[in-house]
Amino acid sequence: MIQVHNLKKVYNGTTVLNIPNLDIPKGESFGLVGNNGAGKTTFFSLLLDLIQPTQGYITTNSIKVNESEGWKPFTSAFIDETFLIGYLTPEEYFYFIGELRGWNKADVDALLAKHEDFFNGEILNRKKYLRDLSKGNQKKVGIIAALIGKPEVVILDEPFANLDPTTQFRLKKIIKELAEDNKTTVLVSSHDLAHTIEVSNRIVALHKGEVVKDIITSQETLKELEEFFAV
Amino acid sequence: MMFRKLLSLEWKAFLRSKSFAGNVAIKVFMAIGAIYFTLVFLALGFFSFNMIKDSGLASDPLELISKYLIYYIVFDLVIRLFFQKIPVINIRPLLPLPVKRSTIVNFALGKTMVSFFNIMHAFFFVPFSIKLLVEGYDPLHVVFWHISMLAIIYSNNFLNLLLNNKDGLFAIFIGLILAFGGLQYFGIFDLTDYTGPVFHALYTTGYAFVIPVFIVVGLWIATYKYFYKNLYLDAGLTSKHEEAKTEEYTWLNQFGTLGTFLKNDIKLIRRNKRSKTTVFISIVFLFYGMLFFTGALEMYDTPIWKMFAAIFVSGGFLFTFGQFVPSWDSAYYPLMMSQNIQYKEYIASKWWLIVIGTLVSAIISSFYLYFGWEVYILILIGAVYNIGVNSYLVLLGGAFIKTPIDLASSKQAFGDKKAFNLKVFLISMPKLVLPLILYGIGYYFYSPEAGYALVVLAGILGFAFRNKVFALIERIYKSEKYDTLEAYKQKN
Repeated sequence: MIQVHNLKKVYNGTTVLNIPNLDIPKGESFGLVGNNGAGKTTFFSLLLDLIQPTQGYITTNSIKVNESEGWKPFTSAFIDETFLIGYLTPEEYFYFIGELRGWNKADVDALLAKHEDFFNGEILNRKKYLRDLSKGNQKKVGIIAALIGKPEVVILDEPFANLDPTTQFRLKKIIKELAEDNKTTVLVSSHDLAHTIEVSNRIVALHKGEVVKDIITSQETLKELEEFFAV
Repeated sequence: MMFRKLLSLEWKAFLRSKSFAGNVAIKVFMAIGAIYFTLVFLALGFFSFNMIKDSGLASDPLELISKYLIYYIVFDLVIRLFFQKIPVINIRPLLPLPVKRSTIVNFALGKTMVSFFNIMHAFFFVPFSIKLLVEGYDPLHVVFWHISMLAIIYSNNFLNLLLNNKDGLFAIFIGLILAFGGLQYFGIFDLTDYTGPVFHALYTTGYAFVIPVFIVVGLWIATYKYFYKNLYLDAGLTSKHEEAKTEEYTWLNQFGTLGTFLKNDIKLIRRNKRSKTTVFISIVFLFYGMLFFTGALEMYDTPIWKMFAAIFVSGGFLFTFGQFVPSWDSAYYPLMMSQNIQYKEYIASKWWLIVIGTLVSAIISSFYLYFGWEVYILILIGAVYNIGVNSYLVLLGGAFIKTPIDLASSKQAFGDKKAFNLKVFLISMPKLVLPLILYGIGYYFYSPEAGYALVVLAGILGFAFRNKVFALIERIYKSEKYDTLEAYKQKN
């Protein structure tokens, strides 16, 4: 589904990302872990063509993301609050994304109803604009909006941060369900090793822009990763 | 001691601000602006005395100044409400530190007092007072008068701080000025008949100056108390939350993707301070033509200047809103760039919005029919040019502006320092100059009608080649995409 070819991103002479080769097959649940500055967000931004690679390229579905807009219809993401439109209510935002992705109001409503417990009564019909919601609640909106339109690739950057424990638990369930049907490729990044291992069937650890671990999740994965990061 | 530390913080904030770090051209531009206003005020201060005397408007220039002072004061307040920043926002990080609340408040108030909005007036009042002394006015009374003026200016300063959070005041004041100005112009009611003597008494009586002094001291105390009381995160430092209502605008659904974007843009305009200000300014633009078409100013009474005005009347929305496309979406530009949106649709929706804005302006400006149908025809010609040519030019310019817009703040609608760069300037030039040249060529070499025809033709040609131009704009937006995303990350 996603292929990385000789990808390199350099800022002012410092290489922040260097991935010679990476292949993420369709339906994989892919977890990206690493410390601050390891290159997780840089990688996702390259994947979404928000920044230009210094060298190399990424293809999804054999489309070069930095040359064609063809990946947009089947890819969705929530990276940070710049993916939210502050002056809309959550409902308006969901319908807006729905319209862009060819879903009518009823389709969106069905999805929202399904995730009612994830929202925990704090999102819908609260008479608030997105800009006035708390960070955690904004995140909930962004994550669910990324599911609208049944995208084939879902990219979530640090989805667990800022969420309360109950919501983290529910989010794990959502991500697992998403990966179950083997049609959706889910990419999740996190600082939290345990969460990532729980939802991903493959973990890649980045360190200073390089892939240092690439493992299929098993019983020992957490131990292996903890040993690596416990410096 | 604490004051000095706060001052050094302030100095760093100034030196390291994004706008200051901009390029040399911007600094020069800002400096020129500041010098210009300073010179205008200085010139008025030095020469207005003789100008008034020579013009024969009044035998005592001071009396005339007193007469119109009320307008000066209200106008100053309006300008302040619009532009002068209240300093509260930088206070947050100081709250948990061992700094006395009174020190913070005093510092914040002190900071506003040295603002250019106060100093500016000194350039007028100081030379004017000197001139009064030279002309043999009673020195003691001149000093009293000068103190009164100082007190009034600073009263405005504090009033602005107290009133800043009230919405709609700005429009009310403008309305008042227009209403009383109109009543006076048509000789129905002259406000200055009542206020003039009051202000003149500040000079003549020799004791009345204590009144403005009392007022300014009172306002100072009131402002101090107000700030002191509101220096809590859940009081004055919180941002207001308005109650939100979900709106669907289903009637726009028939326009497909275009409708989706238009819905969003309507909400953008209605729900954000900055964009509301923009719409307000474009309404002011509507009346700008009055200066030209009523013959109020003789120097503007030429055909070329009238063409200039015609472009402006219908182009208010185009100039004020259009020039910041796509910056309006800066807060969520990464979303727009990664969602299922084709560039072409995005640009087309913005273009339609600008066109609709221009059409609405053109329809509203039908009140110019009062000044003759030729005037309105001219405005319609301006509208055709705006739609056919200028709409593209603002979109092109927008691709290079790259100033992130803080939608919640209304303060930067004008004088966005970063908004000025050479590319934008070059693209902006044809917006006004080209139609004037076209019109001039037709007018002077053939006939006025030929001038009109040339301008309309340019507009129609632009409209006809819409798809070609869109493709070009799309290419430019795409090539600027990464730079734009990067620039929008830098919030002020």
